[in-house]
Amino acid sequence: MKVLVPVKRVVDYNVKVRVKSDQSGVDIANVKMSMNPFDEIAVEEAMRLKEKGTVTEVIAVSCGVAQCQETLRTAMAIGADRGILVQTDEELQPLAVAKILKGIAEKEQPELIILGKQAIDDDANQTGQMLAALLGWPQATFASKVEVADGKALVTREIDGGLEILELTLPAIVTTDLRLNEPRYVTLPNIMKAKKKPLETLTPADFGVDASPRLKTLKVTEPAARSAGIKVPDVAALIDKLKNEAKVV
Amino acid sequence: MSVLVIAEHDNAQLKVATLNVVAAAVQIDQDVHVLVAGGGCQAVADEASKLAGVTKVLLADSPVLADALAENVAEQVLAVAGGYSHILFASTAGGKNVSPRVAAKLDVAQVSDITAVISADTFERPIYAGNAIATVQSSDAVKVLTVRTTAFDALTAAGGNAEVQSLSSVADSGRSKFMGRELAKSDRPELAGASVVVSGGRGIGSAENFKILDPLADKLGAALGASRAAVDAGYAPNDWQVGQTGKIVAPQLYVAVGISGAIQHLAGMKDSKVIVAINKDGEAPIFGVADYGLVGDLFEAVPELATNL
Repeated sequence: MKVLVPVKRVVDYNVKVRVKSDQSGVDIANVKMSMNPFDEIAVEEAMRLKEKGTVTEVIAVSCGVAQCQETLRTAMAIGADRGILVQTDEELQPLAVAKILKGIAEKEQPELIILGKQAIDDDANQTGQMLAALLGWPQATFASKVEVADGKALVTREIDGGLEILELTLPAIVTTDLRLNEPRYVTLPNIMKAKKKPLETLTPADFGVDASPRLKTLKVTEPAARSAGIKVPDVAALIDKLKNEAKVV
Repeated sequence: MSVLVIAEHDNAQLKVATLNVVAAAVQIDQDVHVLVAGGGCQAVADEASKLAGVTKVLLADSPVLADALAENVAEQVLAVAGGYSHILFASTAGGKNVSPRVAAKLDVAQVSDITAVISADTFERPIYAGNAIATVQSSDAVKVLTVRTTAFDALTAAGGNAEVQSLSSVADSGRSKFMGRELAKSDRPELAGASVVVSGGRGIGSAENFKILDPLADKLGAALGASRAAVDAGYAPNDWQVGQTGKIVAPQLYVAVGISGAIQHLAGMKDSKVIVAINKDGEAPIFGVADYGLVGDLFEAVPELATNL
């Protein structure tokens, strides 16, 4: 069976973004871009299913600017068999991405689509669930364990207060949480191999999707700053401050 | 048009998060309805009907909804969605699971994790782990929102007397099945809504050492939390993680023990009223947001604090 893994190009995890002075957004010129960490976990999970023999082909998809090719090459260096870039310079919001992915799913007929639970740039946490709804598929979000057998996926999910186990009838959607796996390091030979893997380029129009944004960003501002307080010399001084100054104990 | 809030509950009790969402809802419109979708959840509907600010409660009570499967709950919301201008969920694991399905089926954008209501169509929300705040305007006919509960003070749970209207339940999707749940049993308050949180980081060193936080948490009536590093290292359970992609907390008092303060962790706790940091590294970024910092050995300071508070 085929697995589809959508991957997003985002500002790297370690970069602290700066808000532009004209409040039009954050400054992402010349900052390091990487694959969204949750999507890396998704690619890794797809590869583990392939290595177990459950999965025959892993297809990585990315939607966005031409440079998303690099993100797809990273996915292929982890092990994805081929890549699909749906290229556009327009700002893509989760609903538009879900519609594009629905088009790809209908074309490729995967049994499983594994996505990151959220992207660390817009922190939306929507695309997987939206895609599941549009396809009419079941979903297991925030997965910490995935087993696939006999046309079913048994998924352990992280919920408030503990864990939950769901059984989904395939085809299905899974979104990854942090503890699902630890992605492998990509090796140089695999980076070289990834360069030769097929990469197809399409556009949102190929799927009849109007990708124009529904939400308009009016402004982006700095959050209220929190200033550092004081250092206390010992526990007694700390207790005194908590009791008599902050009055929280 | 009215505003619909989807109740967060465990079939027996309404979760406090619902009160925060109702607080956001009344800022949008005075006619706030609450949908209680569950199984054997009449008591939750009764509780919801007493909330200040709530004008009507819709109750869908069926075994099909008992385990809060996203497919079924989303269909139940869609069955009544037609009458509402806004549909609000708590930005919890449960709310985040269901709301995008509803938005996609309505062909509208979702605004995730709102922290302020500017007007009926304009909201503030944090992006990039809270390092920037976006003000976004929705042009869609229905606004589907998830609400960051810590950004809205809970309305009182009493004073209201709303009518409870029963709905017929949707059918089971038949595509997903609930197999089991392991919930941590704890006498401590729920992390997301606790007024005091004691969190441990990698500096604690092991799962065994994490017990050092228990007496302090007991003394303060606190929930326990952890940094991602501590959870990844297996020192603390997954659902203790405080941060950008874990729980967002804003207690009256947050005590960070052996936590260096990565930006992703700060994103989850920097709106706390008072922050205390105990760390042996005086240069740790956590001291940049702490009201009171104590540079020292946590294995001495934490027991001393617990004993003398």
